[in-house]
Parts: sequence; structure tokens; C-alpha cells
Amino acid sequence: MTSRKSVLVLGGSSDIGRAAARAFAKAGYDVGLAGRDVAALEPDAADLRTRYSVEVGVYRFDVLDTAAFDGFVGSLPALPDVVISIVGLLGAQESAQSDLAHATTIMRSNYEGPSLILGLFAEKFLGRGSGTLVGVSSVAGDRGRASNYVYGSAKAGFSAFLSGLRARASRGGVHVVTVKPGFVRTKMTEGMKLIGPLTVEAPVVGDAILRAVETKTDVIYVSGKWRLVMLIIKTLPEAVFKKLKF
Amino acid sequence: MTLVSGWGRFPVVDTDLLRPRSFEAVGDAVADVTGSVARGNGRAYGDAAIGAARTVGMTGFDRIRSFDPATGRIRLEAGVLLADLIDTFGPRGFLPFVVPGTRFVSVGGAIASDVHGKNHHCEGGFGRYLDSILLRTGEGETIEVSREQHSDAFFATVGGMGLTGVILEATMWLRPVETGWIRERVISASDLDAAMRALDAGDTATYSVAWIDCAARGRSLGRSLIYLGEHADRDELADGADAFPVGKDPGLSVPIDMPSMTLNRYSIRAFNELYYRMGARRAGGSHVVSLYPYFFPLDSLSDWNRIYGKRGFLQHQCVIPEAGARAVLGEILERVARRGDASFLAVLKKLGQGDGLLSFPLPGYTLALDFPVKGDILDFLDEIDRLVVAAGGRLYLAKDARQSRATFEAGYPALRRFNAIRKSLDPNGNIRSKLSQRLFDEV
Repeated sequence: MTSRKSVLVLGGSSDIGRAAARAFAKAGYDVGLAGRDVAALEPDAADLRTRYSVEVGVYRFDVLDTAAFDGFVGSLPALPDVVISIVGLLGAQESAQSDLAHATTIMRSNYEGPSLILGLFAEKFLGRGSGTLVGVSSVAGDRGRASNYVYGSAKAGFSAFLSGLRARASRGGVHVVTVKPGFVRTKMTEGMKLIGPLTVEAPVVGDAILRAVETKTDVIYVSGKWRLVMLIIKTLPEAVFKKLKF
Repeated sequence: MTLVSGWGRFPVVDTDLLRPRSFEAVGDAVADVTGSVARGNGRAYGDAAIGAARTVGMTGFDRIRSFDPATGRIRLEAGVLLADLIDTFGPRGFLPFVVPGTRFVSVGGAIASDVHGKNHHCEGGFGRYLDSILLRTGEGETIEVSREQHSDAFFATVGGMGLTGVILEATMWLRPVETGWIRERVISASDLDAAMRALDAGDTATYSVAWIDCAARGRSLGRSLIYLGEHADRDELADGADAFPVGKDPGLSVPIDMPSMTLNRYSIRAFNELYYRMGARRAGGSHVVSLYPYFFPLDSLSDWNRIYGKRGFLQHQCVIPEAGARAVLGEILERVARRGDASFLAVLKKLGQGDGLLSFPLPGYTLALDFPVKGDILDFLDEIDRLVVAAGGRLYLAKDARQSRATFEAGYPALRRFNAIRKSLDPNGNIRSKLSQRLFDEV
């Protein structure tokens, strides 16, 4: 190991994960990429090593396999300085309304798994007295909407978990960042109608995460416009809100 | 379906736009529909990077595989942008050997168009610094092509407009440089003869290009500013200057489509007059400038293509063989000046021999002109094309949205050979773009 700082990216093969890994590697961090398909992470690892001359490791991690979390954390060569959870599953709202297995997978992928793994790292970080945890949640968690409330409610749970964890961990020298990206052009949103001015590319999110970690920001909306949009959405009276079809 | 266009925003075409994430998925995207083509960063001006039925977006493939600083040899995926290469490897002392007028092109696009830079007259085009290409053919094979193996496919792919298959990866060489600065010398030329003489005299310069005031007429017809450039050594930099300048993201952008009347003969003439006078004041001595404004003057204004309004614009870029170029260029410039709506971006430069079968460059002078899409512009350009063809010249496919088959066939004598190679790589005709439908494919 080097004396450089290190970051572990859970969901390292996602577009935002790749972008975050690049942003941190460019800033001189050694990088761990974790995901279900280790072979798929290797080209990204080679890319980071070639570009930035940092050390990069790849690790198998499945957010649904909570039983393996303890072993996963213990198997890392060293406890990283920063852990970023980008895992999540948009799923299909319509099938989730009647397909309980699908709904469960959405809830577990967006709430249970990410919360438990970051919670586990939080205990290690508190023991050490330092570290930063980053959870990529969603503006969809700010208020349940008709078109995606299964996903949104899981993200709401994750956001609440991060907020509570932050309050507790800050006293122990550990910082927690909540990221609410808004619309990002990624494979998750491919085919969705995105509103141009509210949509960003993945590298913008990667850079924003790095900035939030380095400046110890608590909650970031990647595009400032989203803070305003969600403020309006959050403050609409329920009687009005329920009539909206979005 | 998605509405897609090239940089010129004409034509706009409805296409099935996919962004595959693995090479297997690229193969599937090409295999299960007839008529697809790869698209890089969308900087070709016309219909080159729009599939007949499906368009395969490649910018997600942006990984560097390996780099050897001892030789400058790099292996990378085709979606890597030259901007990314410059930002990543510039500070380590390496730049692409060839860069076009924008750094926001992908490596795959640069190969497919065999792009040229301001050094083409002496150092050749993008393809010259390629070692090999990983190509996914229309027949479904993935092959590594180079000058040694599958050399027919290699020379058809360099400048082949993506029609030999999808370019997945490439191995190429980067140029070792001491700094990211260019020693620039500006020469002002009062007319076309002086401009061509200055370009001829600049043959020994690594980089040379002329900006032409295409609003000037009469005795000033073809008056130009010629920019010569050399890579600056470290000891030429001011004390305390970084060896590599910071590449700023575009600071300004054109947020909306400008009303098409913004550019008229008066505003264009005023701009050109001002630009010429400012440049002429700098003429004479040499000074050191950052590579960014030297190579990519328009990149600092993002979405500059919106200046031409909603209907888009056409760039007409021809090359005229050296013998007889003076008369034809004079005639074209005269007609353009009379018309009065060609824009501020008129560029004249010397080219050398191209490398690929369909590479645009040939020894001579290339002239690039922008026109808003309106009025009788298509007829006007057809007439210009007749002059180009008569002089043994041709048009750049990466810029083209409208030339006729006759113009194309007259300009590219290697077409028959290219078609035979294409057929052997893609017997069922899976790879087809809007451009190939317009100019290549059997009807």
C-alpha cells in the first residue's frame, strides 16, 4: 500500500461509479472498484492505472448478499479513507406494483443493502476515528411520486439512514455525504425522457462527489436547479400533489 | 427513436440510437438490424454518423488500455476523445500527432474520417500514426487490422467513414513534446496570391493554416492571416510558466438558436474586417501561445453551431490539386464574396497525400466555408462542386451533407476498390449510414 489516500467505490462499473473513480484517481487517490462482475471491472482498473499511475484493486461485491458483507469488509487489504455507495436499481414501477419479488429487489438494492454496508463501514471508521462515507441516493426519495414510489421510498429510507448516521458519526470524526444527482445520462436512465436543462453527464456527478468529500459537504444536489425543483415538489400540498401524474 | 444530426444540424434524422456497454452488445446492435453505423462524439457535420436505421453510440467506450512512455504507443477504446488524451497525457509530455480543428472528436471518428490537422502538408493525417485497429465487421467478425495484417481492411477503414465496420479499439503513437505551447508566427497577406505564396513558404513549418476574409472583394479578394506554428521548447516559455497550459472548459456557450438573420452580409463583413485588422497588428514577430487557442480556436465557444440558427448550416470543404488551384480558388472566393453569406470561418490550408483509400487529402489546397441553410444555397454549392470536379478536386466526407453521387464518384477514384473491400467484410450490407445511402450503396 502507498501513503496515498484511498477510495472504495461500491457499484464501480456503473456510469457514476466509473466517473467517481476517475475523479478520485485523478486527484491522487488509490482506488478499489467493487461490483458483481469482477471481470467487467478489470478494463476500468487498467484505465485508471494507465491514466493516473495510482494503485487499483477490484473486488467482488453483491449488494443483495448481505450475509457476505462482514466477510467483504474483512477481506479488504486495508480500510479505505472513503467509501462511496453507488449501487441501486431503478426497476420497473409498474411491475413492482404487483410483482412483490421485483418490488423487494428494488427496496433491498436501494435501501437495505446500501444502508447496511455503509453502516458496517461506519463502525470501522468510528473505531479508527476518521473516514468519509458517501451514499448516492436520489431526488426521488424527497417525495414519493406516482410514477416511481417503490424506488423513491427505498431512496427515502436510504436518505434518512444517511442523515441519522451523519448526525451520530460526525461526533466521532466520520463524515457522511448524501448525493442526490437528479437526472444523469447513464445506462440506468437510457430510454427515459430526461429534461435537458436538468440533466447532467456522469463525469459531472463524479467531480461533484469528490468536491463534496474534500469540502465535507453534507447533502449535495448535483445541479443546483434540483434543489429548487425539489423544494417546490416537497412543499406542494398533498391535495394538489396527488393530482399530478409524474 | 431519437432525432439525431451532425454538427451542422442538417439534416436531422430519426434513428434508433443505442449506447451499448460491451463489445458483445455492439455486435448485437449491428447484427440484428440492417443499416447501422457507429457514432463517436457527433462532430461530423452532415450525415456520416447516422445509421440508415440504427446508430451505435460509442462514447461510452472511453478506456485507455495501456500506454508506454518509452515509445508513446497507446492502446485505447474508440470512444476516447482527443480532448481527454490531451488533458491526460499532455502534462506527461505527449500529444496526439494530428488534431483537427476541434478536440471534441473521438478516436474512432478521427480514424473513420482520417482527420487532418495544420501539419498535414508535412506530417500526414491521423491514420499515419495508427498501428492497428480492432474492427467489428458487418459480418460479425472481430479482427485486428494493420499495415501488415488485413492491410486491405486497414486502408479501407482509415478514412472509410465507419463503413467497413465498427472501430472498437486502436493502437497508435503519441508525439513526445517538451511543452503544451506553440510558437506562433502570424503573416498578413493582402490578397489570394500573397496568401498562397505565404502558405508555400510555410511548407517547412510544422503547422500552417490561413484564415481568409471571404467578405473581401476586388483587389483584396482572398486577403488572409497565415498562422505558422512550432512546438515550443521549455526554454522559450516565460519564467514561471507551467510546461503544460490548463485547458479550460468552454467558458462561453451559445445557449439558444440564434435568429438566422444574425449573420448577414453586414455583420459578417464587420466581423471579418475587425478580425483581419486585429490579426494584422500582430503580424510579423513570433510569440508563444497555448495549444488550445492555437489548435482549437472555436472550442472555447461551446455549441457555436447554434449561431447559424435552427435550420443549421453546411460546411463546404474541398481540396484542389496544386496545379491550377489558384484560378479555381479565386473563382470560388469571388462567387462566395458576391453572395455575401459565407461566415467568418473560412480556412485555407495545404494538404499532402492521404493514407486511406477514401482519405480526403491530396496534394493541394483545401478551402473550408460555412453557409447557413437557406435560400438557394444547395444550388449554389452544386455549381461550386462543378468547379471543384473540373479541377480534379473533391469534397471532405466528414463535412458533407449534400454533394451528389456524380461529384463524389469523380473525386474518389479508389471508390471501386473500397466497395470491393467493404463487400468482403460485410457481404449482407449490415453497415449502412445515411451518408452511404446517399453516396455509396446500390439503389
